[in-house]
Amino acid sequence: MSAVRTIATARRVLTQLRHDPRTIALLLVVPCVLMTLLKYMFDGEPAVFDHTGAPLLGIFPLIVMFLITSVATLRERTSGTLERLLTMPLAKLDLLLGYALAFGLLALVQALVVFGLTLGPLGLTVAGPTWLLFLVALANGLLGTALGLFVSAFAATEFQAVQFLPAFILPQFLLCGLFASRDSMAPVLRWISDVLPLSYAVEAMNRLTAESGVSSLIVRDLFILAGCAVLALALGAATLRRRSA
Amino acid sequence: MNSAVSVTDLHVERGGLVVLPSVTLRIEAGSVTGLLGPSGCGKTTLLRCLVGVQRIASGEVSVLGLPAGSAPLRSKVGYVTQAPSVYQDLSVEENLRYFAAVLGAPRGDVARVIELVGLTGRERDLVARLSGGQRARVSLAAALLGTPELLILDEPTVGLDPVLRRDLWDLFHRLADTGVTFVVSSHVMDEASRCDQLLLMREGRIIAADSPQALLAETGAADIESAFLTLVSAEQRTQA
Repeated sequence: MSAVRTIATARRVLTQLRHDPRTIALLLVVPCVLMTLLKYMFDGEPAVFDHTGAPLLGIFPLIVMFLITSVATLRERTSGTLERLLTMPLAKLDLLLGYALAFGLLALVQALVVFGLTLGPLGLTVAGPTWLLFLVALANGLLGTALGLFVSAFAATEFQAVQFLPAFILPQFLLCGLFASRDSMAPVLRWISDVLPLSYAVEAMNRLTAESGVSSLIVRDLFILAGCAVLALALGAATLRRRSA
Repeated sequence: MNSAVSVTDLHVERGGLVVLPSVTLRIEAGSVTGLLGPSGCGKTTLLRCLVGVQRIASGEVSVLGLPAGSAPLRSKVGYVTQAPSVYQDLSVEENLRYFAAVLGAPRGDVARVIELVGLTGRERDLVARLSGGQRARVSLAAALLGTPELLILDEPTVGLDPVLRRDLWDLFHRLADTGVTFVVSSHVMDEASRCDQLLLMREGRIIAADSPQALLAETGAADIESAFLTLVSAEQRTQA
């Protein structure tokens, strides 16, 4: 593993994005539009906006980074550049961390813009410290990237990769506690939601809306999110093979 | 003879089909060896074995004295796949700068290889906007970065303008004179005369391994295509 190669990979991924300004614009504008929509949907009930808006702030980076990473790495696999890189002195970890670094940075920029709008003009009130909000968004962005890297190994085409979003993320979205409290779910679903990472992303955001200060439970949620990201990266590394059939 | 590549009893299967039943060959260091044969005869699979990206069933593949694909070879063996494997959404220079960083090649190397493949002036163009032949040359340029000792090129001159094709073959020979070994595949038999050594391949087997002159003398044929046909029919007679 080498820092030079990891950073070169991150820079390369970001340069690719820079050549695609429309994607960057969509990345930044779409969550802002959705948050604005949500704000005025609950125009008469600002409290509802507060407690549905905050979890969404955690879910955006996860979904967006998942989509972008799964398509980007699928392209890398199908264009032959992945095979080329694996014949070169590049450690698999250099590649994975390079992607994580690039998209982690992107998740932070997205969070900066979306939080700026939501906490400012839209007036979402969050009791917890703002820096922790960023930390949770970053953890979610990294988790999305790691999951995207992993599932892209099971997609042969871009069509399939995009289908992994409803297949992989939507069930988590339904079970994460955003639509129904996790305590009120059928026990089996409750257990399933206990092992899905998105539940902890939403839980962390909910705690941030309600509690000021840094509770040990938020720290626990963050560790679970980071742990899931590391696990998904490790699984992703296992799908990168220098030799193929 | 100092061999850069030595393959013994190589057996490869893909998806339950035998692609290479049993290949044995040797490639001299500092030579330009042409791997010629019709499309689908197993050239790419054999080249992938030399690079070490192909899973093999049995046999030995030794490259520069080490088992193919071993870690120290990763900065010494350059591989150019048939389809250009470069980033379409990066410029020529950005592509090469990244691969140079991965290979640990000095920065000035990027300008050097761009000049070698004749793409000076196109540095800032996005690869997606280049022609097929230019893309192939960006892919080749990436393999020339650093100090490769063995270059494995899968059909690098397909679809190129004849003048450019001649220039690239001249480049291969110039580099071979400095000790770099080239293995170049082609399904176009008229590229044979540009090689020092030829490996003629058909249905997964090497049917001849010699210099172009020796092959012509042995078969009494006027060109390599006829020599190929003579060898195939001679083989069919011995089998019958």
